[in-house]
Amino acid sequence: MIRIGVPSKGRLMQDCFNWFGARDVVMRRTGSDREYSGVIEGVEGVMPVLLSAAEIPRELAAGRIHLGVTGSDLVREQLAEDEVAEVAKLGFGQADLIIAVPNVWIDVETVDDLDAAASGFRKAHGHRLRIATKYHRLVRDFLQAQGVADYQLVDSQGATEGTVKNGTAEAIADITSSGETLRANHLRILSDGLIHSSEAVLWASRVAEWTAKDRAAYAFLAAKLGVSGAPF
Amino acid sequence: MTPKAAIRAEGERLLQAFVQAGAVPVEADILQPAGTLLDLYGEDIRARAYVTDDPVRGEMMLRPDFTVPVVQAHMAHGAEPARYAYLGEVFRKQARGSGRASEYLQVGYEVFDRASPEAADAEVFALFRDLLAGLGLRPVTGDIGILMAAVRGLETSERRKAALLRHVWRPRRFKALLDRFAGRAPVPAGRVALLERLRAGSPMALIEEAGSFVGLRSAQEIAARAEALVADAETPPIKATEAALLYDLLSLEAPAAHALNHLRGITPMLPAIGPAVDRFATRLDALTARGVDVTTLSFEASHGRTALEYYDGFVFSFLGEGMPPVASGGRYDALTAVLGAGAFIPAVGGVIRPGLVARLKGVGA
Repeated sequence: MIRIGVPSKGRLMQDCFNWFGARDVVMRRTGSDREYSGVIEGVEGVMPVLLSAAEIPRELAAGRIHLGVTGSDLVREQLAEDEVAEVAKLGFGQADLIIAVPNVWIDVETVDDLDAAASGFRKAHGHRLRIATKYHRLVRDFLQAQGVADYQLVDSQGATEGTVKNGTAEAIADITSSGETLRANHLRILSDGLIHSSEAVLWASRVAEWTAKDRAAYAFLAAKLGVSGAPF
Repeated sequence: MTPKAAIRAEGERLLQAFVQAGAVPVEADILQPAGTLLDLYGEDIRARAYVTDDPVRGEMMLRPDFTVPVVQAHMAHGAEPARYAYLGEVFRKQARGSGRASEYLQVGYEVFDRASPEAADAEVFALFRDLLAGLGLRPVTGDIGILMAAVRGLETSERRKAALLRHVWRPRRFKALLDRFAGRAPVPAGRVALLERLRAGSPMALIEEAGSFVGLRSAQEIAARAEALVADAETPPIKATEAALLYDLLSLEAPAAHALNHLRGITPMLPAIGPAVDRFATRLDALTARGVDVTTLSFEASHGRTALEYYDGFVFSFLGEGMPPVASGGRYDALTAVLGAGAFIPAVGGVIRPGLVARLKGVGA
């Protein structure tokens, strides 16, 4: 049986159901509103597993699910390049992981400026310039590749845009789609501060066990979805 | 796979050799406070070192190297001059599928001596050469001090020199800055627009216009950097001849004696490197006195310029085919000042990986 992880709630779940539905693979939740179980109609040998979008990367990497729908930001943050295969980009859930600084930093427009500001900040304040984020790996890799120094990442699992006003960070790196929350919190995106353009992706696990039956079921599913290539 | 016992035995042999050479054996904790290492290396080290939490002491790191704790111990209560040796595990995260060990023994030798830094450089290099003889390794040397002297001697603003020196260990950023300061790279589009805005109004007025003030970075700090940006835009590019010498220096790779001749040749055009080149010459004499053939010894001016390093003078590695460096080391005078809370002492040292030595000897294979 192929287990496919799908987001268990919200907009992401609905968009996901719509994407599969448009390809004659009907997914829906069953039982009460609070019960996390679902069914798939239109294909044999495939069952949905309703999960938090943030847990889907881990389940794919462990091979407990064969396929999964979740944001590329979460997968790139949590997994190495070769742990999962991208089956299809789904065209929804678009959001950018960006670096933003206070709008009053009139001297900072680019990552290069941020690096220079961090140097001055550390001299003036005695500690490294703090960037609040929950995407530690993506942000660090980005800044390391750009050769930025004298910053530190501070963990923020929510309301990250508020950390600057609250005095717990000097800048932030977070997901944004419209940028409205950033503006409301007096922040501005660096002109070259795009770290990752995220969207919902159908992923396949490279470590899950694919039996002969699973492979046959996958071939049928892939044909219906109009995707090519096999993850096994 | 070389058996662990064989690797430890090799480590013990090397440690004893360091003790024979006059070193005092020292120990260091495996759990190191993360703060010191993060302040020294920046966030980049999180990608290489294992971080863990202690309920009382906070964030800790599994020892990624011995140099920092050994320097700290010496700066706190060491007598001078001092020679130390140590043997123990270090821990480094490795990329998936790299096949490299994330936990391995390191045996090291560190010299804290004010008397004659170049003689100490040669002492460490020659000791390592002797201990690694017959393994078919290729030694490579460098000298980051020459590069730093060249930057300090540039005819440009102090701010530009400081920016270059700050990024000496990040070759990509260093090159991007040098390209810009030398007028070889165009000013980024964002910077042009920024400069126009800054020139159009006073920084304080622009900050006022930008809306609600948030964050710890003060209006004075922002305004000061804005003014510095405008001043920098008016700073003429580093002269083409001077920049060409620096690019030439960055890519200099030659046998050490030949490299010295080359550096002597360019010193009249870049007089600031004179003292560093003299030190290089003194070191080559000291190496020659210890039987090192400097007419064949590899010299690469950019050797050792990688992130997560702190060398600021002589650097060396002993390289084998298809494996990480078997040994590496160098001079780290500035690090002793950073960790010494005002105190400072010239220091040079290096580490050997006994596991790789044992593998090369075919022990247990």
